[in-house]
Amino acid sequence: MQQSDFEAYREKLNCSFKQIDECFEDYVQDALRNLSNEGVDKYLAGASRICMIGRGWEPVSIYLEEMPVMAHKLGEPILEIVSTIVWELSRSPNGKAIPPFMQCLPEASRRLGTLEQMQNFFKILDTMVDETTTSVHGHHKTHSSQGFLVLLEHIPYLLSQLSLEGLKNWVEYGTRNYKTHPERQKDYFSLQSADSKAMLQRERHGTLFMDHERELDMFLRAMWEDESFFVPYSLGFDELRKPAPYFDSLGIRIPDVYDDFDDDSGFVSGIDRYRVTIAHIAAHRKWSGILVADNLSPFQRIAAEHLEDSRVEYLMLKQYPGLRKHLLALHPVPIEGDCDNEKESCIRHRLAMLSRAILDENHVYKNEYVLASVEKFHQAMANGESSTEEMRDIAISFITRTRLQSDQLPKMHFENTVIDYRDDNRHMWVFIEENDEAEDFDDQRQKKADELEHEGLPPRHYAEWDYASNSFKPDWVSLYESVHPSGNSSDIDAILDKYRDLAKLLKQILDRLKPQNMVRVRYQEEGSELDLDVAIRSLIDYKCGSQPDPRINMSHKNDGRDIAVMILLDLSASLHDKPEGSDQTILQLSQEAVSLLAWTIDQLGDKYAIAGFHSDTRHNVRYYHLKGYSEDFDDTVKGRLAAMEAGFSTRMGGAIRHASHYLDAQQADKKIMLILTDGEPSDIDVDDDQYLISDTKKAIDELSSKGMYSYCISLDKKADDYIQDIFGPGGYSVIDRIEKLPEKLPLIFTSLTS
Amino acid sequence: MTDIDIEQYKVTEEPFYSAQDDEVAMYEAAYDARLPVMIKGPTGCGKSRFIEHMAWKLGKPLITVACNEDMTASDLVGRYLLDANGTRWLDGPLTTAARIGAICYLDEIVEARQDTTVVIHPLTDHRRQLPLDKKGELIDAHPDFQLVISYNPGYQSLMKDLKQSTKQRFTGLEFDYPDTKTEAGIVEKESGTDAETAAKLVKIAHTARNLKGHGLDEGISTRLLVYAATLMSKGIDAKKACRMALVRPITDDADIRSTLDHSIDSIFG
Repeated sequence: MQQSDFEAYREKLNCSFKQIDECFEDYVQDALRNLSNEGVDKYLAGASRICMIGRGWEPVSIYLEEMPVMAHKLGEPILEIVSTIVWELSRSPNGKAIPPFMQCLPEASRRLGTLEQMQNFFKILDTMVDETTTSVHGHHKTHSSQGFLVLLEHIPYLLSQLSLEGLKNWVEYGTRNYKTHPERQKDYFSLQSADSKAMLQRERHGTLFMDHERELDMFLRAMWEDESFFVPYSLGFDELRKPAPYFDSLGIRIPDVYDDFDDDSGFVSGIDRYRVTIAHIAAHRKWSGILVADNLSPFQRIAAEHLEDSRVEYLMLKQYPGLRKHLLALHPVPIEGDCDNEKESCIRHRLAMLSRAILDENHVYKNEYVLASVEKFHQAMANGESSTEEMRDIAISFITRTRLQSDQLPKMHFENTVIDYRDDNRHMWVFIEENDEAEDFDDQRQKKADELEHEGLPPRHYAEWDYASNSFKPDWVSLYESVHPSGNSSDIDAILDKYRDLAKLLKQILDRLKPQNMVRVRYQEEGSELDLDVAIRSLIDYKCGSQPDPRINMSHKNDGRDIAVMILLDLSASLHDKPEGSDQTILQLSQEAVSLLAWTIDQLGDKYAIAGFHSDTRHNVRYYHLKGYSEDFDDTVKGRLAAMEAGFSTRMGGAIRHASHYLDAQQADKKIMLILTDGEPSDIDVDDDQYLISDTKKAIDELSSKGMYSYCISLDKKADDYIQDIFGPGGYSVIDRIEKLPEKLPLIFTSLTS
Repeated sequence: MTDIDIEQYKVTEEPFYSAQDDEVAMYEAAYDARLPVMIKGPTGCGKSRFIEHMAWKLGKPLITVACNEDMTASDLVGRYLLDANGTRWLDGPLTTAARIGAICYLDEIVEARQDTTVVIHPLTDHRRQLPLDKKGELIDAHPDFQLVISYNPGYQSLMKDLKQSTKQRFTGLEFDYPDTKTEAGIVEKESGTDAETAAKLVKIAHTARNLKGHGLDEGISTRLLVYAATLMSKGIDAKKACRMALVRPITDDADIRSTLDHSIDSIFG
């Protein structure tokens, strides 16, 4: 390039940092190679613009360095888009984010590949910044976005795990939930908080274990006649030490997600990768023995493991030859001579070659020791299943023959030696000598966990529906179940006595209650319909001269009543209120009503359970067991009813979900959940009224999709605003005169079920 | 009543049957004493084939009745029918068998209603008689007559079980799918496929039988294996034939289907 041309370009770049001058020539040449003339002009104009924002030379140099290649790949419009975004960032409180933004661009463009995808990506970032940049006292956008910086730092990792769609969902979730909590926002976007990880896991691309658990369970059972638990572990968060699959008495540990494997050596879908891993482990469980580890050196052990892996795979392929193509694709192909004996330890490389050579008949290895051991291996396998011990012997001789001084070097050659579908073979070894490592600690911790367990039931976690995102928040609510404390059972007897007259009236109604279930009664002399089969038979008998059967009619009758009821009581603090014109609190009235209802259902002989709930934020939903299905309405139950207490708030969704799992387990034709509440769902950690209402509605929808009915009895006079949304038309009644509740409730129930 | 064509009930050609155990000798002994026999076993394991084979071996006519829940006692013993001249008696299959001395084989007896099954009681004890109360006739069973019933305990529900009083009139033979070698031999013989394919088919069947009770009511039967092998001999690709004959008929469950499909891929390579 002529010096004059070069100077002409330099003049177009309106930027006077010294550091830029040093490399400018390279930049321009790079640009000329990759861009059109017009593009070069745009490129220099963009760089000038970034220079003008006054954030030092660094953003400019990143721009100059990275943009030509990026523009070549994505198209030249990207030049202007990026400079515009940087310009806008510099005019906002988020100026600090410019360098990390520039730094994440190359990786993002590599992952995303097209201009359109990049634009979508920018849009996601833009929305996020816009939402999280807060203003104080009405000043327009004064505080910088707390999450944006950390988000940009994690972009390369996030894009390696998520599709753009997934990234969008993940970012939107964080923005929506932590907009107003700067610290939690940071935790979320730096992948520190638990729900950040949970959301990430849900949006991951690849084959999730959770979606295929049953299928894999059946795979193990059908093809290996084996049974075990699967315990998934996450690969996402342990950067330094990647966990490997393994199994022990507690189950088989496998990754929670496998991406499709697509390489020059072949394509293996995620589900097939699971199958291969599980097949390998199952083969170990079937054929592997246990060796004493103490007498072997670490090298001998790792060699024995490799050969044992090869042996079980050999046996596995004999049975299921179709798996071979997956193994060939997944097993790395170490290249002979790739590892430099002088500079690094080649032990893994040699063993991987050996393993490949055993698996792949068409290998091209020339190493005599490898070939000799392959030969030995096949000889051993020729006579049946061989054994773990025999493999150990081959391994020891292989190690002895190929031993090199450099094996001890600290620099290990790892490339193309990691066979990631194999487990870590911890099951192969027993150690006779106790080592004094950290096991004691583990024991103690176990003990502590056991002790904790005795204090009460562990919390159950339920998802909650977020109508804003149309998705469930995973494990959002922690619900603690406990038996309600007991009180004086005679109080309930007194209530029943007080309502003696009502009880009599109820009794009459109950007697008249018609049970359900139509059954056909055949062989009736008088009935509603003619039973044709019997009639013809009688006619034939009559014609033959034998005694005809006169019972040729049939009728229908109702028989049986098979109902299971779950009564769910809202025990929130508002129950302490006294309704107008009554000298009893709502709690007392509910208590009376429930006692009468229980008595009524008991008379009818239906199965029923009673439970109460209240909540104090999503971390503490209390669920009180008052009566179980198998308990009688006796003094114990009455005692619990008598001690009913109210407090805290009404987070209904979790309680309904928990109650429904009990109801669902009942064997009955009809399952009804009766919910008695005095107000709309609410909790102190939720500002948005609509949120808990929509979650409750979702819980009710889940109920009906499982074939259970729900019915709400609301004591809230203003309930009309929301109750139909939740329970649907005909799924509720609002009781205006609360003092009538004890009379109304049993009547509502009987009319519901008759 | 002598105009019944006995020959039509005779089994003329030898049905192929490969003995699993000493069931042939045991059956012959039971027939010798004219003891009623009950045969249990999963579907498609060769129960009906065994009876056919034995009828052929003994040279006796065989009358088979497939039972269903609408079957009444008169479907077994016979009934009066209306015709132009009034009524006419028609023997049921059980009556016919008792008259001509055939082996009467009631297939899937539990499907019949319990009040139907009691009509066989007088035939199955020392009396060996069949009363036709409508007709006012008491038939003494022919000396060659024998009653055989079969049922499949696999899909037996609580509602569908035999009464103790019925069960205790029979001697029982329990069938299961044959062992690997015998089964491969059967598939090979029945379909004319080669031994290697037959062995692979049996292996697939075993994977499915391991899933019994875990989403599958019944495993893949020997009969289906024969179907699969037959499809292959018609030139269908092995894996496709297996999917068509072994997987699609037995399950609608997507997870099971994909597991079995995978096992087919693994075994056929």
